[in-house]
Amino acid sequence: MVADAAAQPNKLRWGELEEDDGEDLDFLLPPKQVIGPDQNGIKKVIEYKYNEEGNRVKITTTIRIRKLANARLSKRAVERRSWSKFGDAVHEDVGARLTMVSTEEILLERPKAPGSKQEENAPGDLLPKGGAVLMVCRTCGKKGDHWTSRCPYKDLANPADVFVDKPPSEARPTTPGGSKSSSYVPPSMRAGAAERGGADMGRRRHEENSVRVTNLSEDTREPDLLELFRPFGPVSRVYVAVDQKTGYSRGFGFVNFVSREDAERAISKLNGYGYDNLILRVEWAAPRTN
Amino acid sequence: MRPILMKGHERPLTFLKYNRDGDLLFSCAKDHNPTVWFADNGERLGTYRGHNGAVWCCDVSRDSSLLITGSADQSAKLWSVQTGSPLFTFNFESPTRSVDFSVGDKLAVITTDPFMGSSSAIHVKRIAQDPNDQDAESVLVLKGPQGRINRAVWGPLNRTIISAGEDSVIRIWDSETGKLLKESEKEIGHKKAITSLAKSIDGSHFLTGSLDKSAKLWDTRTLTLLKTYATERPVNAVTMSPLLDHVVLGGGQDASSVTTTDHRAGKFEAKFYDKILQEEIGGVKGHFGPINALAFNPDGRSFASGGEDGYVRLHHMDADYFNIKL
Repeated sequence: MVADAAAQPNKLRWGELEEDDGEDLDFLLPPKQVIGPDQNGIKKVIEYKYNEEGNRVKITTTIRIRKLANARLSKRAVERRSWSKFGDAVHEDVGARLTMVSTEEILLERPKAPGSKQEENAPGDLLPKGGAVLMVCRTCGKKGDHWTSRCPYKDLANPADVFVDKPPSEARPTTPGGSKSSSYVPPSMRAGAAERGGADMGRRRHEENSVRVTNLSEDTREPDLLELFRPFGPVSRVYVAVDQKTGYSRGFGFVNFVSREDAERAISKLNGYGYDNLILRVEWAAPRTN
Repeated sequence: MRPILMKGHERPLTFLKYNRDGDLLFSCAKDHNPTVWFADNGERLGTYRGHNGAVWCCDVSRDSSLLITGSADQSAKLWSVQTGSPLFTFNFESPTRSVDFSVGDKLAVITTDPFMGSSSAIHVKRIAQDPNDQDAESVLVLKGPQGRINRAVWGPLNRTIISAGEDSVIRIWDSETGKLLKESEKEIGHKKAITSLAKSIDGSHFLTGSLDKSAKLWDTRTLTLLKTYATERPVNAVTMSPLLDHVVLGGGQDASSVTTTDHRAGKFEAKFYDKILQEEIGGVKGHFGPINALAFNPDGRSFASGGEDGYVRLHHMDADYFNIKL
């Protein structure tokens, strides 16, 4: 609504008007004008009136006329709207709540939205498609063919060799040692248990030249850490503790170097290094005391 | 969008149909009462009481006065849409699976299931102007296809009847002589049972959904395969947008295995595909059972889906749906 005050040229002298104060002067006003509605449904109404101070005011009202959804319905559809209920709908009690509006906002989910594609795969589908890089069998070393637990050669491989030949990896082997009998044998009783020794079976291989890195930012991942430490020398293992629930880093990780000198240099250089807004703390990983 | 949920049925939905003006939505379910709803707000207008078995299919005449339903109680019934009173009952020897009015509403095609030794059949009935003159005489009976005929619809100018069913072959019959005119070829056709068939708004092409996890678009006259839409679940229901080049597929795993798997693995969304590019546009979630029925409002601005969960969900599309670019 637009109101422009006293835009109209005044033929009456305003001095005279003051004398006639209180008199009804509406007859002096131009008549009301209606323009439109045009093809866009815009209708203009121009009115004139006096305000409290006696000034003539032109009021232009712009209205957009829109047809209601109902108006689009055919005559018959409108008629059907008033049909009386029948069948079970006649005795519908108010509490029945047959028709409800969803409390949940449902969107047309686009398939290409980032991240959504992965989630759509059923857990069953994921296995064979898991990606060649991800799937490396730790028993036979085959890439992209099967998981370690499904290795067809797992019973044939010598368990001792598995640990010696392979670069250490953070995940513990899921296959039990190569015992041929089907009954369960605890790890401490298996062949080669003497050198591994029960609880720290998986850890020993991680203790060589192991460097602990703490105060990592929560989106640090293993490749980032590898990139950071590789310049000091060959790295045999990188591990970042990840919270299982949130998927974010828990703020610490371990890096194993092939040689002790490289590890020492890395500690001296990177301890106190600013990484991702945080000051890193790098130190020798203390063997767990137990 | 916030879909409208309609919980009028106690059993899984089987079929949904809009009338021509798009103001009424008819729903059929395995309970015995087809229901009519106002398509704008989802208010229930009435139920059609009289069937004694699951109702598989329905169709409404162009003037929205006459409803025909096909039921597993071995009958098809004509109803007055306004009052819900049954006008006529066609009795058969076996459950009726699909019904469809011809253009002009003078004929109806009704399919019956194989039952107690009798094979499946397609019946053509004459629909009288005045329900009092209605007779049960079949104008034409077509037999031949093995297994259930899940859907039979009229072709252009009522000259043909298109049927599809469990034997995964689409057939085009001459509606005058009953001669088999065309059959879809084995190599290009569906590999498993066809569950649904939907004609385009102009009738020039139609879409079939099958348990072989795909939907196919066919030319109505020549029965040439135009497009194939591949999904990762069996397709139970298909529909086409009359406004945009979109097709909607609904499905999900078998109802019998639903409880044994993750709800996300069930894939109970209604999937939108671009009709021409055959690319997926998006999915509309919500049902917690497979989708058995889909229907697009003739104005193209809303669609309804019916699921094994007994709900009809009425979706009025958001404005941004109409501007989706691939």
